[in-house]
Formats: sequence, C-alpha cells, structure tokens
Amino acid sequence: MSLIADIFSWIFILLGSAFVLIGAIGLIRFPDVYSRMHAAGITDTLGIGLMFLGMIVQSGLTLVSLKLVLIIMFMFFASPTATHALAQAALGSGLKPQLAEDRTAKPKDEEGDEP
Amino acid sequence: MFIAAGAAVIIAMAIAIVRLILGPTVYDRILAVNVFGSKALLLIAVLGFLTDRPEFMDIALVYALISFVATIALMKFFKFAHLGQPHSGDNLGDL
Repeated sequence: MSLIADIFSWIFILLGSAFVLIGAIGLIRFPDVYSRMHAAGITDTLGIGLMFLGMIVQSGLTLVSLKLVLIIMFMFFASPTATHALAQAALGSGLKPQLAEDRTAKPKDEEGDEP
Repeated sequence: MFIAAGAAVIIAMAIAIVRLILGPTVYDRILAVNVFGSKALLLIAVLGFLTDRPEFMDIALVYALISFVATIALMKFFKFAHLGQPHSGDNLGDL
C-alpha cells in the first residue's frame, strides 16, 4: 500500500516538475507577452495541480490534504483571473500581439508598407 | 522525490528572475512576478514536506491569496497610476 502510494506520488510530482520546467522554458523563449502568458499558465494549472496531487497521495486523508485541495481550487480560479486581467491591461495599453502574418495590414494603395 | 521537485522549482524561479530582469515591457515583469509567486507557493509546500512540518501548508495557502491580490493591485496601479481614489468626478470610488 505504501509502495503504491509512493509510486503514484513519484509519478505525479515528477510530471508536475516537468511541467513547471516546461512553463519556465516557455517563459524565457517565447517572443511576446501574450505567448509568455500562455506558457506561464502551464505552471499555474498543470504544475501546481499535479505536484499537489502527488503531495495529497503522499499525505493521505489528513488536514494537510484539505489545505492542498483548497490551494488547488483557489489557484484554478485565481490564475485565469490574473492572466485575463493582465492580458486586458496589456492590450489596453496598446501592446499588440505578435502575429505570424500581418493581419492589421491595410488593403492595397494605402500609405506605406509596415513589415 | 521532494528534493527533485524542489530543484525543478528553484531552476524555474531562476528563469523567472531572468525574465523579470530583461523583460522588455512592464507587463512581462508583472507576469514574471506572478509566475515567481506561484513557484514560491510550490517551494513552500515542498519545503513543508521535506522538513516534515505540516504548518507550512497554512503559509502556502496565505501566500496564494496574497500573491493573487498583489498581482491584481500591481496591474491596477500600472493601469490607473493610483490604487483607489475615484478616477474622475464622482466620489463613488473605482468600482
């Protein structure tokens, strides 16, 4: 029983660590602030969710598990809220998302060519 | 197990600090602070399991709440340049 719990918490915690690292790599590699938000969301949902799930498996049915479940539920509500507010503040301040093709280009015979 | 998780979280925190230093806009820096806060939450929980002290979960819970409020307050500050006064005219506040 203890061995099974250990194996499951190993799997969950290592998967969570991998997602935390993936989110951090995306945070430093992506080109603009909106795609970096997308990378940071991985940490807040999958990283925290899987690592705390592993800790819940490790600690069994105790008060610690209840607190971990509360933290997971709070992060599932708070993290999208913060990300949405951040994206709206960035968009409102005039920061344009970086696109693969220029979708804001005017149809032809307008002034100039902005690459 | 928890040592590996703690190492991963600390590496991710270092990367978040790099983004915090060289982020071109202020929103990159707010995002880095937000990510750093959630990594610190994970690190507190991992430390609580490593040192076998269940009180750390309370600290992690309070840290999650405060980190969310701090992010929202930072964004409000950078958007309106103040934190709570009515923006224009009436005294209803910034609801």
